[in-house]
Amino acid sequence: MSEPILSLEAVETDIAQYHILKGVSLSVPRGQVTMLLGRNGVGKTTTMRTIMGLLRNKAGQIRFDGAEISGELASSRCRAGIGFVPEDMGIFSALTVEENMILAAVSGAPDRARLDWLFTVFPPLKTFWKAPAGTLSGGQKQMLSIARAMIEDRKLYLIDEPTKGLAPAIVSTMVGALRELKRQGASILMVEQNFAVARALGDHCVVMDDGRATWSGAMADLATDHALQERLMGLSMEAG
Amino acid sequence: MSAAPDHTPTFAKHSITDRIGQAAPYLLVPVLILAGFIAIGAPTSWLTLTVSGLAMGMMIFIMASGLTLVFGLMDIINFGHGAFISLGAFVGVSVLFGLGGWTDAASLPLNIAAILLAILAAMLLTGALAWAFERVIVRPVYGSHLKQILITVGALIVIEEAIHVIWGGEETFLNRPNALRGAVTFAGAALEKYRILAVVVGLAIFFGLRLVLQRTKIGLIVRAGVENPDMVEALGYRLRLVFVGVFIAGSALAGLGGVMWALYEQVITAGMGENMMVLIFIVVIIGGLGSVEGAFVGALLVGLLQNYVAFLEPKLALVSNIGLMTVILLWRPQGMMTVAKGS
Ligand SMILES: Nc1ncnc2c1ncn2[C@@H]1O[C@H](COP(=O)(O)OP(=O)(O)O)[C@@H](O)[C@H]1O
Ligand SMILES: [Mg+2]
Repeated sequence: MSEPILSLEAVETDIAQYHILKGVSLSVPRGQVTMLLGRNGVGKTTTMRTIMGLLRNKAGQIRFDGAEISGELASSRCRAGIGFVPEDMGIFSALTVEENMILAAVSGAPDRARLDWLFTVFPPLKTFWKAPAGTLSGGQKQMLSIARAMIEDRKLYLIDEPTKGLAPAIVSTMVGALRELKRQGASILMVEQNFAVARALGDHCVVMDDGRATWSGAMADLATDHALQERLMGLSMEAG
Repeated sequence: MSAAPDHTPTFAKHSITDRIGQAAPYLLVPVLILAGFIAIGAPTSWLTLTVSGLAMGMMIFIMASGLTLVFGLMDIINFGHGAFISLGAFVGVSVLFGLGGWTDAASLPLNIAAILLAILAAMLLTGALAWAFERVIVRPVYGSHLKQILITVGALIVIEEAIHVIWGGEETFLNRPNALRGAVTFAGAALEKYRILAVVVGLAIFFGLRLVLQRTKIGLIVRAGVENPDMVEALGYRLRLVFVGVFIAGSALAGLGGVMWALYEQVITAGMGENMMVLIFIVVIIGGLGSVEGAFVGALLVGLLQNYVAFLEPKLALVSNIGLMTVILLWRPQGMMTVAKGS
């Protein structure tokens, strides 16, 4: 088995004076989808932001693609190959869809073929190419946020709750797109509250509680074990 | 598109009222000019006042444009901006004195060349000082507005004193270059030549800035950074470096504004930049922090109102801009054209 694309070792992060991550250890295998699960407020988003470098860990190690990156800026981490879809989508609403995409293509102009592929996955982006991103619907903004992370090939994608607040029809578009990304061999770490979605996409999962990773294993094991779900996440989530 | 999703995308169509809402700040300028016409009555006085209001507005815009970007992009309150205005004026005026032969010649090309050289020198010097200023003064006080205010006010005073030491004296008087003295008559109204030049320069700066902000990647980074700096970093850009560039460019524009203002007032003092800061802050606030277009419209409104009111009711000239700010903030508390933070 090859070295994981990402591994965290006893990572601790404070936000202001609050001790939020109290020692998170987890690893994300290459070419697979790892789900980060857990109740609201356990520190999933904080973990994602710490990996991206938007928050600094005060202790522990973050190894990405063989190198320790704790001291790197977020911009360097992106250039090293981490794509980020934040929980709030991080859309630049004053910029057009096109401008959002141009900005996301950090190493030059967006690749035409890649763009055409994204248009087939997310047709509204083509329809509203010249529109200010602020005028898009919630689902379209999420599509833009994911497409932005995908406009260039990244070694790892961090995707924080991509289906939050979306209508079921749009959720299925989203799942289709992420499945396509997965089929191409991308490594993904994804936070997902919708267990049906988590189950449909995830190979592995890591469950967090109170600033720590408390369980990790195969998605299949968690999906079939309702008692385990109950114990880890406090409620039995119906597999859809 | 075979993989089309099973929903039809809904696009929030811009209604007529939305469109007017977006253009509303721009419309305020002609509305104010029209109101001025009605209130003043005499067309020739109105035309003179309008041109002079526009000229004043353009110069305030040049000085405010850099400050609004620094404010919007990095959330830095920089009172030292006023020092760059004064310094630009002193450097520019020194160059103009040095080129006395060119400024006294009755030749518009020579006069313009002298002004351009003065502007170039002012911008280079203020830009270079801004580079050091950012490193030494601004960088240690990120995130604390109180410290920013204290240390940049301190720096403003130090630079003003340094100007006293280097150039000496309280006030320095100057004449405009030969071909830019006096006025032209248009439709019976006397329009000062220099004010027309100021309008042209202001428009050139505005459209130049717009071009950079709308059409270049650096411009995209700046506009995106005003809205969500973290996301710009997460997309691979070192916003810090961009910010240093914006700070230098913005301060150089303050220097340019200082030269223009010096030629307008025909007298310079070390405190001239500081005196402008109140109007500049009003413009930045009513325009919306970080919005160059907002600063442009705001500056024109301030310039026009100041001139109209000074003619109609001189006693109210000082309070008119505070009144303008109050009205605009009641209408749009974040300023006319602010960008929403976050998404
Ligand atoms: N800016 C902040 N200031 C203080 N506490 C915060 C801040 N952001 C998040 N937290 C706290 O950190 C904890 C983890 O938050 P988060 O990582 O967003 O959780 P999750 O994504 O798992 O729902 C929560 O208890 C939250 O209240
Ligand atoms: Mg979260």
